[in-house]
Amino acid sequence: MTRFSPGDRVRVLALGKAGHVRIPHYIRQQIGHIVQYCGTYLNSEDLAIGITSRRAVDLYRVSFSQARLWRDADIPEHDTLVIEIYDHWLTSVEETTHAP
Amino acid sequence: MPHDHGHGEHEAIAIEDDAGNIEAQIIVDALQEVLIAKGLLTAHEVTASIAKLESPGVHLGARIIAKAWTEPAYRDRLLSDGRAAVQELDIPVTEARIIVVENTENVDNLITCTLCSCYPRSILGQPPSWYISKAYRARSVREPRRVLAEFGLHLPESTQLIVHDSNADMRYLVLPQPPDGVDQCTIDDLEARISRDHLIGVARDV
Repeated sequence: MTRFSPGDRVRVLALGKAGHVRIPHYIRQQIGHIVQYCGTYLNSEDLAIGITSRRAVDLYRVSFSQARLWRDADIPEHDTLVIEIYDHWLTSVEETTHAP
Repeated sequence: MPHDHGHGEHEAIAIEDDAGNIEAQIIVDALQEVLIAKGLLTAHEVTASIAKLESPGVHLGARIIAKAWTEPAYRDRLLSDGRAAVQELDIPVTEARIIVVENTENVDNLITCTLCSCYPRSILGQPPSWYISKAYRARSVREPRRVLAEFGLHLPESTQLIVHDSNADMRYLVLPQPPDGVDQCTIDDLEARISRDHLIGVARDV
């Protein structure tokens, strides 16, 4: 049972983790929706420091509006960016709608 | 540059590329200029050799795409499980998963890796040097339409552009739109028309 399903609105967390992380800064705090569940993978944050014994984590492809991501008036509304986000970097948007 | 390096050295390559004026580059530029001036080489021959070095496996990508264009059932399998469909062609895939994204009349796809140089290497070989440059990695997400225009692809606003950042475990291939008259072409003709750039998405029309 996965935490999210295609279509779910999610926000990317800014975990502030040190070391090797694969969630680029430009996508942190952004709201998008789940496109696809990709399965479970060993956490690259652990693999980078040689830890291979931890539980694999869920990975999703998440879609974001380019116009909202960059706030440029000349970006067509339908343009999107799809990026892979591990489960522990995601939160349901319902949990955070009261944030400014 | 040895190829048994880790990620850190890819970063170094990208930084050197951006600095531009490393000594070896100056020597290569000077040699090329002399050889072209003497009529021993053409710039086109140099470019073709670079493409060959950088993409030893582009013919494998072309086989996949040509088969998808001519066999609808294969196209469906390729879109639902890229890795399994590629392996059907006896191409050994080392990546965990291959996601194939389809260009249509109204949709265009572009592949990038903003963090480093993730690329479907077991199918396409090494990525081109521009793909790992910091400029492409940053601009392909920040201003992808402008980047495409610099590649000669002027995408109408009515076409939806989807940029795929291969930041984690997936690797991506673009399935371009088949050319007009695809049914009249031989498989060899179709494969010959497919370039590495089509599979990354910086070229659209085949």
